Amino acid sequence: MRANFILSEVWIGLRRNLTMTIAVIVTVAVGMAMFGVGLLIWAQVNTMKDFWDDKVEVSVFMCTKNSADSDCKGKAITPDQVTALQERLKSTPGVTEVIYEGQEAAYRRFQENQAVEKTLREVTRVEDMPTSFRVKLANPDNSDVVVKAAEGQPGVSSVKNHRDLLDDFFGLLDSLQLAAFALAIIVVIASILLIANTVRLSAYNRRRETAIMRLVGASNVYIQLPFVMEGMIAGLVGGVVSSVMLIVAKIVIFDRFQAYLAIGSQLQWDTVASAILGSLVAGVLICVLASFVTLRRYLRV
Amino acid sequence: MIHFDNVTKVYANQNRPALDHVSVDIDKSEFVFLVGPSGSGKSTFLRLILKEEKPNSGTIHVAGKDLSRLSNFKVPHLRRRIGCVFQDFRLLPNKNVYENVAFALEVIGKPRRFIRKVVPEVIELVGLEGKAHRMPEELSGGEQQRVAMARAFVNRPMILLADEPTGNIDPATSIGIMKVLDRINRTGTTVVMATHDAAIVDSMRKRVVELEDGKIVRDQSRGVYGQAY
Repeated sequence: MRANFILSEVWIGLRRNLTMTIAVIVTVAVGMAMFGVGLLIWAQVNTMKDFWDDKVEVSVFMCTKNSADSDCKGKAITPDQVTALQERLKSTPGVTEVIYEGQEAAYRRFQENQAVEKTLREVTRVEDMPTSFRVKLANPDNSDVVVKAAEGQPGVSSVKNHRDLLDDFFGLLDSLQLAAFALAIIVVIASILLIANTVRLSAYNRRRETAIMRLVGASNVYIQLPFVMEGMIAGLVGGVVSSVMLIVAKIVIFDRFQAYLAIGSQLQWDTVASAILGSLVAGVLICVLASFVTLRRYLRV
Repeated sequence: MIHFDNVTKVYANQNRPALDHVSVDIDKSEFVFLVGPSGSGKSTFLRLILKEEKPNSGTIHVAGKDLSRLSNFKVPHLRRRIGCVFQDFRLLPNKNVYENVAFALEVIGKPRRFIRKVVPEVIELVGLEGKAHRMPEELSGGEQQRVAMARAFVNRPMILLADEPTGNIDPATSIGIMKVLDRINRTGTTVVMATHDAAIVDSMRKRVVELEDGKIVRDQSRGVYGQAY
């Protein structure tokens, strides 16, 4: 192998179709950046799920004297029913803790909640507050079981599964992730076609050289390597540009997003690093494969 | 060195065979003229030796190897032992004489030290000393063909195939080209030259194989081009 001979061939090839090379670099960069953003959203959703799963609980609200709920029939829950309900909740599989929250405690929490409008806080009295059980779970996926166990029991006014709220939010993130991946696939297809075209042009530009190389008995590796390396270098440069895009995305989008939502689950730099590595490797592989497959068609050896 | 046994080649979409049951033996360090009108199968004969085409039937041995059993992977190694010269020279216009000759060695991975040593030698052998740094466009047709011959011979092949090497060159210059071919032949290299040039064939007095419609119609040692032309 004469490394500098092959490198000079690669350099000549890249310079000869500079515009095509730039087009390849740009599409690979955008495609890989979208792919990386998809990976980042995926990582973000996972860390957020871990964070929230510890906090998912089911609230079981009990009837009070003035309860407007039809299931209560205007009657407050009796102390016997409270004990029965607590036993029932405790014996439900997957439940780790059942905490009773009386009207006083609920009122205090309500008053502390700054999100509630001030006038509403002022007119609400202790008697208006519901009593509830807050049920903590070992595995948040089992929350439906708890909901089923509590619903329809005597003295139960309503059951609220916190998970339903989170599911909406995660659903939004999931579709963002899907959109990023879909966009990545489209752009990757475009870059594959561009690479194929570039290699074809390159093979045509150098048909004299390759014809002579075949004639004097150069091995297939020697003939094909410069073309494949052209694709590889374009892919690598595109990958580096996409890494910069991902770093910017982390700082500008993800960090701000977290500051806004105050979610306490920071996207770590090592996650960004692995997303960059993943998209870099994918970019180079796609370019090399696309070059190689095109060569088989346009460079008969 | 080259052995054709009952070789037939029919190109796709053609009824008439380009070579029709051809059997011929060419020994080591022989000089053979391949003559015949256009379309008589001369080029096909040369392409078969290089394994650029495969015969439909019959066997071909080159340098002791059965080409039908030679894997595609090993074809480059076969071609390293065969030099080729064409009517249209096929030089690289953006490389000078030295670089054009060196290219043939670079692409088969020869070390630079070796290239620096042998390229000037072969440039001298073809009579282009002092012109190593000229570009092809600065050279006459005859000189360009000498560069092509230097490139074909620089790896010391066992066989040199020449497909109408004097086809684009005037008769006076052709004599010089033939002298170089003769010099190469004297180093022990087998030379097969396809040509239309009756004057050259007549003057060289070498073996002549005549093809017509894909068949060998004449094979004589120390022959002439023939009466028909």
